[in-house]
Amino acid sequence: MGSMIKSWLSGAIGLSDDNALARGFQDPRIRGWIMQAAVLLLAALGIFELVQNTVLNLQKANIASGFGFLENPAGFAINFSLIDYSAQSDFLRAFFVGVLNTLLVAVLGILLATLIGFSVGIARLSPNWLVARLAGFFIETLRNIPLLLQLFFWYFVVLQLLPSQAESLTPGGGIFLNNRGLFVPRILWEAGTFAPFCVALFASLVLGFFARKRFAFEGWKVLGIAVLPPLLLLLVLGWPLSLDMPVLEGFGFQGGISLIPEFIALLLALSIYTGAFVAENVRSGVQAVPKGQVEAAKALGLPSGLIMRKIILPQAMRVIVPPLTSQYLNLTKNSSLAVAIAYPDLVLVFANTALSQVGQAVEIIAMTMAVYLLISLGTSLFMNWYNARLALKERGTA
Amino acid sequence: MRNQAPALIFGIVFGALLVYLFLPGAPSGPARDAQELSKAEQENLAPEAARGGTLRVVRERGELLCGVSQGLPGFSNPDDEGDWRGIDVDVCRAMAAAIFGDASKVRYRALSAKERFTALQAGEIDVLSRNTTWTLTRDTVLGLDFAGVTYYDGQSFMVRRDLKVSSVLELDQATICANTGTTTELNAADYFRTHGLEFEMVVFEKTDEVIAAYDAGRCEAYTTDASGLYAERLKLKNPDEHIILPEVISKEPLGPAVRQGDDRWADIVRWTLYAMIEAEELGVNSANAEQMKKSDNPSIRRLLGVENSYGQNLGLRGDWAFQIITQVGNYGEIFERNVGKNTPLGIPRGLNALWTNGGLMYAMPVR
Repeated sequence: MGSMIKSWLSGAIGLSDDNALARGFQDPRIRGWIMQAAVLLLAALGIFELVQNTVLNLQKANIASGFGFLENPAGFAINFSLIDYSAQSDFLRAFFVGVLNTLLVAVLGILLATLIGFSVGIARLSPNWLVARLAGFFIETLRNIPLLLQLFFWYFVVLQLLPSQAESLTPGGGIFLNNRGLFVPRILWEAGTFAPFCVALFASLVLGFFARKRFAFEGWKVLGIAVLPPLLLLLVLGWPLSLDMPVLEGFGFQGGISLIPEFIALLLALSIYTGAFVAENVRSGVQAVPKGQVEAAKALGLPSGLIMRKIILPQAMRVIVPPLTSQYLNLTKNSSLAVAIAYPDLVLVFANTALSQVGQAVEIIAMTMAVYLLISLGTSLFMNWYNARLALKERGTA
Repeated sequence: MRNQAPALIFGIVFGALLVYLFLPGAPSGPARDAQELSKAEQENLAPEAARGGTLRVVRERGELLCGVSQGLPGFSNPDDEGDWRGIDVDVCRAMAAAIFGDASKVRYRALSAKERFTALQAGEIDVLSRNTTWTLTRDTVLGLDFAGVTYYDGQSFMVRRDLKVSSVLELDQATICANTGTTTELNAADYFRTHGLEFEMVVFEKTDEVIAAYDAGRCEAYTTDASGLYAERLKLKNPDEHIILPEVISKEPLGPAVRQGDDRWADIVRWTLYAMIEAEELGVNSANAEQMKKSDNPSIRRLLGVENSYGQNLGLRGDWAFQIITQVGNYGEIFERNVGKNTPLGIPRGLNALWTNGGLMYAMPVR
């Protein structure tokens, strides 16, 4: 049957069986290549048609297309930005404000989620009954409530509970918490002192790392090497620091650093929710380490903290890292729920506000998707590299 | 037989590709893609005029797809029984009355500010009647066509009474809540910049979330169109604790929009609106329309289709305006019923009075 069709096909495209191309069909390698090329061609054709069709339909409907709009002034304000932005800035700048805000919450969220996840995951395996149950309760509750609801909880419920600015909660030291966010003092550097400090800090961090790697320095010694030189430099420079305190003036706090409640709510919700998942990953990783390892370590008389850090975790990481990568990717993508609570992330600023001002859905959504894809691929790449580094190095294989 | 299966698969894929590429009369890209769309979508994506237009599609479907808000009292809001009510809703009902002779043949689609234009562009709705401001950008590059103004609005600010603020100019350094994807955001930025004031903007996608944040004290002021402020104030815990500041910082002419490129359909929306305004000017309302048919006034007789049949020029039935007026009412009735003095909103006619009463409502002559 197969050969019948094959010979019919060869006939249909004008080739006889002893033809070179027909002989190529018999060779699985060549056939593979031709097949790959054909599929690629089909895919390219499909994409081309999709694009062409879209452009054609947009033209028919008199809807503008292209990326010219990026240079037009955006016209809207954004209340949280890492770079200079005003309503007169162009859409491209608004786009970058959104990208940076997304990155900020994703990076901080990943760090916090990792911290929470490892603490809770290890706590769940604690021999202490209460600690283990509390950790289990934390995980089971937070994993099983939809993230959007948690987000609304952290935003609307907590916002309602927080006092007004005049009655801010404050532990002193220029830190204020109220329904407008968290206000902390900003460190001001005397002109020309910030850069040398950064260089010193970087240099001593490298030194500390080197000391740890090469001379197996540990704990306080490493910290000392990393922290003392920059501190010394500051003393030499005559302590060129001052604090810019937030002060309540008129309708709001002026000065200092202000973290808007939307940011805090999003960060908390994302890191706690993802942290609960990470905790389970950590638990599975730790439990995957053979019991004999722990028993051997105990037999050597190692303290339990050291067993965890030096024996269990390094081996558990091989199991933890791959699912951890998925959680990091989830966190990044879930950060787009920011739109529900007005945190100006990429989706709110660009795919929402800019889209409705410009109306070019195809371009704007494509750009937004590309950013998430890039962030996710970047995270993936890094985690794969890290995973490869952790993998068991097999020696002696040819 | 070992190598037969891959060869078979390859043969089918490659053969299909060849047939696709070289068979004479193989459908070209756009046409082929269009076939995959449903019939209604196809009608809408293609230039309507060439295919008999939106009107034909609507007639065949038997109902009008009307894009409204997700709930704005007085403009488009479901009532206790789940029926949509409001000025914007009445525009759609009037169109259904003109097209089908039955104002109830409307299906409503609740749209957020962000979704509304895409929904219209993509042909999910026939007309967008959702407190939408008529601007140049929207009328041109968004592929929309505004058919008229149903309500002349302007942007204002609402603040707490205990803030002791009596003017927008006192809101320097204030935090302001608003809806994303609106002209509101742009107007506020412009206004504060021209007056040298600093402000912080918090924008939400849904109005209910804006209101919740404002109620929770996240911001000093809430800004949107004045009509919207009156409507949303009703949703607050204690409406009396909030005042609407006197400044109107922008022109917000709200009106129905259709897709560009189907002029006949745009005409139907436009003249539905004019018929309602003209009826108020001529003193014809839902109660007296039947008697008015006997009127000696030629303008009334023309409007009601007693003399000449202007409805047919629009592609509608002869008594189109009569149906609009008896089933939905004239503009004055619609205004008073939805947002007027005797409603919870209690908005005065102001700019929305007839031109003969010092307002801006002016219908082109029906003749």
